[in-house]
Amino acid sequence: MTTFQEQDAAAVTKTSAAGPGRSPALEFASAWDYAPAPETTKVEIADSHGHYIGGTFVGAAKGGTLDTLNPANEQKLSTFARGTVADIDAAVNAAREAQPKWAALPAKERGKYLFRIARRLQERAREFAILETMDNGKPIKESRDVDIPLVAAHFFYHAGWCDKLKYAFGGAEPTPVGVCGQIIPWNFPLLMAAWKLAPALACGNTCVLKPAETTPLTALRLGEIFDEIGLPPGVVNIVTGDGEAGSALVEHAGVDKVAFTGSTEVGKKIARAVAGTGKKLTLELGGKSPNIIFDDASIDQAVEGIVSGIYFNQGHVCCAGSRLFVQEGVADEVIAKLKIRLQSLRVGDPLDKNTDVGAINSRPQLETIAKYFDIARDEGLDVFESSCELPSIGYWCKPSFFTGVQASHTVAREEIFGPVLAVLTFRTPEEAITRANNSPYGLAAGVWTDKGSKIFEIAGQLKAGIVWLNTYNRFDPASPFGGYKESGFGREGGMQGLRGYVKLGGDR
Amino acid sequence: MSERLSVLKTYKLFIGGKFPRTESGRSIKVADASGSVVAHTCRSSRKDLRNAVEAAEKAQPGWASANAYLRGQILYRMAEMLEGKRDELAAAISITGKVGKDAALAEMDASVDRLVAFAGWADKYPQILGCHNPVTGPYYNFSVPEPTGVVGVVCPDEPSLLGLVSLVAPVICSGNAVVLLASETNPIPACVLAEVLATCDLPGGVVNILTGLRDELVEHFATHRAIAGVFAAGVSDEHRTALEAGAAENMKRVQVLDLGPDLAAGFADDSAMESPWVIEPFVETKTIWHPVSS
Repeated sequence: MTTFQEQDAAAVTKTSAAGPGRSPALEFASAWDYAPAPETTKVEIADSHGHYIGGTFVGAAKGGTLDTLNPANEQKLSTFARGTVADIDAAVNAAREAQPKWAALPAKERGKYLFRIARRLQERAREFAILETMDNGKPIKESRDVDIPLVAAHFFYHAGWCDKLKYAFGGAEPTPVGVCGQIIPWNFPLLMAAWKLAPALACGNTCVLKPAETTPLTALRLGEIFDEIGLPPGVVNIVTGDGEAGSALVEHAGVDKVAFTGSTEVGKKIARAVAGTGKKLTLELGGKSPNIIFDDASIDQAVEGIVSGIYFNQGHVCCAGSRLFVQEGVADEVIAKLKIRLQSLRVGDPLDKNTDVGAINSRPQLETIAKYFDIARDEGLDVFESSCELPSIGYWCKPSFFTGVQASHTVAREEIFGPVLAVLTFRTPEEAITRANNSPYGLAAGVWTDKGSKIFEIAGQLKAGIVWLNTYNRFDPASPFGGYKESGFGREGGMQGLRGYVKLGGDR
Repeated sequence: MSERLSVLKTYKLFIGGKFPRTESGRSIKVADASGSVVAHTCRSSRKDLRNAVEAAEKAQPGWASANAYLRGQILYRMAEMLEGKRDELAAAISITGKVGKDAALAEMDASVDRLVAFAGWADKYPQILGCHNPVTGPYYNFSVPEPTGVVGVVCPDEPSLLGLVSLVAPVICSGNAVVLLASETNPIPACVLAEVLATCDLPGGVVNILTGLRDELVEHFATHRAIAGVFAAGVSDEHRTALEAGAAENMKRVQVLDLGPDLAAGFADDSAMESPWVIEPFVETKTIWHPVSS
């Protein structure tokens, strides 16, 4: 790795010397010839999986089964139950039954269960990382160094809140909401489960979790951990399946709160479905986040920020920095360096610890991304793609970006959810702010400049729930996450993240 | 010589700091306990709502960027001006005969005190709702509450003044702008309050007052895309559903206060109604990261 980074740095330096606007052909030949370094730890995966309801794994009531694939080789990993109304009903009933006892536990004891979950996750971290990478397609270095450590940290952080809630809501008496129905996406399968479950449990609620249909395996294995640590039956129930199970969960009369992470389109449907029911709702939806590079930024660092902003996790990130705004004076230099950097991204086997960009999670998602490439070409945009070779099987997309993009272009307006960047340019800070805010979304934003007062001025004016200054795509359980405008409402993580899981006076 | 004819007040809307009539030309009768008409107020249309939202959109960024100390002083000034109209407003509260004179004066006093409470909150709620976050790694990370934008306020019929003030004060205290629909059964206190707002240094457009029928206007509050949130109390289940369903279109933040069957008692509860958690539904938490290194 060291050798590779040195060569990479040398290559970038050479370009700077050659002047902006030129993208010299780079020869990475020897640097690419690493021996493959795939994970060798074996992970046992059962042939079939049932729902986790009332503390036991049970088969589907009558919904049949679905398969989950490894998107990197299209091989079937396992079969899992396709949840129906009856399964959701059983899970919600189990959660209802468990809730009063869970809420009545001394808060410190409730916390100890969460501490136990965190510890057991740390012990089994390697296994979870590999399983996540196989089911999702993300590079092992991300599941190993980002997803799973954050999952454990999330439970650890919230464990400590259990007996401190009254301090988080000074002057008000927080009480649990009740049973939470939680629907999560496939991009960070276990991390999203942790973001949903940990605060809900800490506040004395019980849960029914519906994992995404392409990535159910790590959530189900979390059920094993609940068993191992002795979590009371029914406190967390996991029902796998597709949209049918999701709808049944949203509509179930025994659910007091719905939490959803996913597309804005589905989020709006859910909001309509719970209207007038008295259910609490939090939504973490889509984004088209701006990443703004000023001419007085540290350009090399900014280019790294662009890369982690849009190519991290194959761009399957709701807060991805998918709209790049570069100040005109440095646009050529930034684009030239970005091309070099794209060429050095390793795309391939997600289980190889050298891989930077893994597999697209599913064929439908690959088709969605391909559709946007077609639209961009039809709209006359130039595309730059990494010249990397893609494996012959599996779902893959070369890291790419479009240049000459205007606000009206489709790829500047719609969420693509892939390793695809729209590059726009601007002249003045005012223009950058106006155009960055010109979106129905408002999840995240990035700003790059070495000027201190300027960066905080811009940060203050951006309509976004998370603003990364001279960094991008950082996550922490203590840091609230969530959007403005049509990116949803409510926060996850931090003290603010508890609000969606308690009732205060005046709440219905 | 005949007796002098009194000069009756014409109650109009309050939009962008001005007092226009409804563009629809329609009006509503307000009657006293005996059923005789004591006043006419405007029956606002969807177009009036749009005009009000436009005025609120224009005013909101400036109001949000005014410093918290100034916002607090303006809210306090509002309380001062309200106190000056104590008798007129108490008479307006009891004009329909549903609220006795003493109760009206008590409601009036509680409304002034509520404004004073939120005048004090303006430069403090960010310290309660925001914080520094101890993240793992070399980053300075903090969260600040920012206003949501233009918020629609649907007021309860009773208490006609305290209900309105209790819903509006926390929303504007944090830098939002408001378009409100006054009590349907007694909109007179809202109309008198408009005169307070016009003279208390509050920038025009920060609070806009419509009178009219919930049956006609609630759905437009719900679906107007420039309204970012709706705060309501005392609405029917049907209107609540309409607000929440319509709000889905642009992900409005909707908060319908549930104060139990006795709204007057609910609004009189200082500890619940003057809590920072009444401000919280219409602020957005912005979390900012910056690396720390030498």
